[in-house]
Amino acid sequence: MSSVAVIDYGMGNLHSIVKALQHADPEVDVVCVSDADAILRADRVVFPGVGAIRDCMQALNQSGLSDVIQQVAKSKPLLGICLGMQALLTDSEENGGTLCLDVFSGHVIHFPESLKDSDGNSLKIPHMGWNQVHQLQQHPLWENIPQDSRFYFVHSYYAQPDDAAIMAATTQYPEAFTCALAQDNVFAVQFHPEKSQAVGLQLLNNFLHWDGQA
Amino acid sequence: MSLAKRIIPCLDVDNGRVVKGVKFVDIRDAGDPVEIARRYDREGADEITFLDITATHDNRDTIVHVVEQVASEVFIPLTVGGGIRTLEDIRRMLNAGADKVGINSAAVFNPDFVREAAERFGSQCIVVAIDAKKVSSPDEPGRWEIFTHGGRKPTGIEAIAWAKKMVDYGAGEILLTSMDRDGTREGFDLPLTRAISEAVTVPVIASGGVGNLDHLADGILEGKADAVLAASIFHFAEYTIEQAKQHMASRGIEVRL
Repeated sequence: MSSVAVIDYGMGNLHSIVKALQHADPEVDVVCVSDADAILRADRVVFPGVGAIRDCMQALNQSGLSDVIQQVAKSKPLLGICLGMQALLTDSEENGGTLCLDVFSGHVIHFPESLKDSDGNSLKIPHMGWNQVHQLQQHPLWENIPQDSRFYFVHSYYAQPDDAAIMAATTQYPEAFTCALAQDNVFAVQFHPEKSQAVGLQLLNNFLHWDGQA
Repeated sequence: MSLAKRIIPCLDVDNGRVVKGVKFVDIRDAGDPVEIARRYDREGADEITFLDITATHDNRDTIVHVVEQVASEVFIPLTVGGGIRTLEDIRRMLNAGADKVGINSAAVFNPDFVREAAERFGSQCIVVAIDAKKVSSPDEPGRWEIFTHGGRKPTGIEAIAWAKKMVDYGAGEILLTSMDRDGTREGFDLPLTRAISEAVTVPVIASGGVGNLDHLADGILEGKADAVLAASIFHFAEYTIEQAKQHMASRGIEVRL
């Protein structure tokens, strides 16, 4: 039986992601842990997160989990979700500038103010709801997920990687922004697969069977 | 290619049963919330909202069990409102599997509660529910005020200024209900919806008064809402969520099909 560890560092509610992983593949042992050894023992690791980046980084740095995540990022399949994705970049402009884990080289920035759609209507921040994910590369995590499927988003900041080659997908709001990153054994998504119904469960199932190779 | 407008069925839950009142009286039983939530998920609901209208404190645990059960098998965003008054109430709902909570009266009595809640749990899970009623006469420019206690108690607070204030305090979304229209099946109060939606930077969910599918589309096209919420037209299977989406798509609205 393979295992997946969901990192619990006190940021937000892990109920949904745990239930969704169990649903995506009932054969997998899903554990929700904050202990370094348990995380390092698991076959795969999910790094979720909601809320503000400064609180997130503070919690990770104080608990020593920053080092653990960086270690995982070099050794086994890792899936970052939402704030978990953003924390994997070099830094974020949220909270007056916050240093992050630098697993992906790049920055996290806020949507520009006063966005308009093509009809001149104001676009709301946070970007909230179901938007289309345009896959930019073939990847095991996109298997059986149709191009431009809709996933559920809720965020005001997004990742801007230095190297366009690690962009795995983009979404338009109204300009294209990076909503998924892929680099070696690390995959990260801005949307919430655990809240994206069938396509979300498919992505989680793909992750639970991923060997970490592109 | 852009963000889809959302359809959100709402389940008013009283003592563990789905009910629907007309103007908050004359409550009809519509069934088991878990079963209904399952059906809405199958039909393509974009989110589901539970409004706990259980009056007695002793029976409040029922909604927690409903949310737990739904969250373990339905993987779309879930919102719970009704009786959310403390940070502990929010934590309980989030731990049960809710993604967002709706704060209504507690925000009116203590606006700082919204700020504390957003700081603790993040704006993304704080929906401020606003119950507004028109107080201007037909020949005056529109003016709406906030009412509490199911539309019975006036507060004298002007609705647009209140919505803006709630966003400043950290609300991530506004659930706007017209108390004049709720339960009437005459359609949303479109001028109210548009006024609030154009005044705030966060998404607005229109609620109160849906009687047919054109009302849903009007809420988006004329009310400028980001999402539309309805209860009774879906509970009694008059329309499926899928029919509602097809209809909205036929009027040129981007939806998730």
